[in-house]
Amino acid sequence: MSQRRIRVMVAKPGLDGHDRGARVIARAFRDAGFEVVYTGLHQTPEEIVEAAIQEDVDMIGLSSLAGAHRFLFPRVMELLKERGVEDIVVCGGGIIPDDDIPKLKAMGVKEIFTPGTPLHKIVEWVKENVKPREA
Amino acid sequence: MSKAHKEIIQKVLEGDTRTVARLIRDIDDNIPGIRQVLKELYPYTGNAYVVGITGAPGVGKSTLVDQMILHLRKRGRTVGVLAVDPTSPFTGGAILGDRVRMQRHSMDKGVFIRSMATRGQFGGITQATRSAIDVLDATGKDYILVETVGVGQDEVDIVKTAHTTIVVVIPGMGDDIQAIKAGILEVGDIFVINKADREGADRTLMDLRMMLEMETDRTQRDDWKPPILKVQAVFDIGVSELLDTIEEHRQYLLRKYGDVKLRSNPARVKESLIQMLKDRLFESFLGKITKSGELDDTVLRISKGEIDPYSACDNLLKEHVV
Repeated sequence: MSQRRIRVMVAKPGLDGHDRGARVIARAFRDAGFEVVYTGLHQTPEEIVEAAIQEDVDMIGLSSLAGAHRFLFPRVMELLKERGVEDIVVCGGGIIPDDDIPKLKAMGVKEIFTPGTPLHKIVEWVKENVKPREA
Repeated sequence: MSKAHKEIIQKVLEGDTRTVARLIRDIDDNIPGIRQVLKELYPYTGNAYVVGITGAPGVGKSTLVDQMILHLRKRGRTVGVLAVDPTSPFTGGAILGDRVRMQRHSMDKGVFIRSMATRGQFGGITQATRSAIDVLDATGKDYILVETVGVGQDEVDIVKTAHTTIVVVIPGMGDDIQAIKAGILEVGDIFVINKADREGADRTLMDLRMMLEMETDRTQRDDWKPPILKVQAVFDIGVSELLDTIEEHRQYLLRKYGDVKLRSNPARVKESLIQMLKDRLFESFLGKITKSGELDDTVLRISKGEIDPYSACDNLLKEHVV
């Protein structure tokens, strides 16, 4: 009996040391029935992309609370393209000013969740927008 | 062999990361046709040395694996890692967090790390893990480290799959009665007392040594006396010695069997064949009675009190298996 499960990665890029949010999100994803790979703190975009490839995840959730998202998120997008794995959906969350959101989306980040977003909304969004890959 | 399969096999043999990663996912998800790929891959497997790392949750297995990777790389070896974490029996989801301790190796081309969930299987590792070992093996990795889920007592299937099994304990956990518990003591080829700077390490060492010496069965069965090592993985103390000890065990297996290939050991082959048969049989049987509606029917009849579960079982088996 074959059964595709959604596999996601929750990653903390950069020097940001706040991972409570990322852990809460990881937990919510688990409770939604996803397999969640958590990378831990202080990851370079290179490490995140390589890990995402090795783990064959369908989505990367980037958490940023330290203001470096405008450098780190685009770098992740760039690397995914370089490695030919743009099919991996990327979303982000954390302290991200409204003005930055359209810029990040223009670079291919599919959605940004700011503080106060209910967990179930995020889970619903993933279920709608992230499909486990075919064959 | 179909062209698509041929290409997959070729890329696996070249160690192409994405192909390997996807193949392991397909194994995990039991995608139709995956067995055909595994059949074709089998001739290229059997060369890696497989080390199992088991022990209760929180003893430091992931940290130990991380340091082992470091030392194996220093010795010029390539490494594949499979880290198994439990699936929630309620939601089917899983948090795979072993990687956190090993992420520093993710940019190293000589290392491939993959997290896997148990997906409701018992025994600490799953059939999918066994197949994933074969895949990493075919990529030419010298060593494959398999970190099992935090194993409690009798979930010790790793021994059937690994050349060397390491049991990790910490001071103050393996005391007295715990140490007598069957299973975990019999499976270790090497015992590691991690966090050995903690109080009680010597006591744990003594307890373990005593328990192991009382395993008369085992001392009569083989002449490998499981060494007990004190390690502080987080400070990289004792890890190099651990690798030396693994090498000693490998040499011992070589002397004893003349070959460390598990597949030429009939006892091991029997174990894994039975396991595979068990999985396949169960899968096809359950699939059949689910599809035909007999499963739901029978459940309903049992819950209405029309039939007892023993007879229901007999009936279903008579119909489809025996």
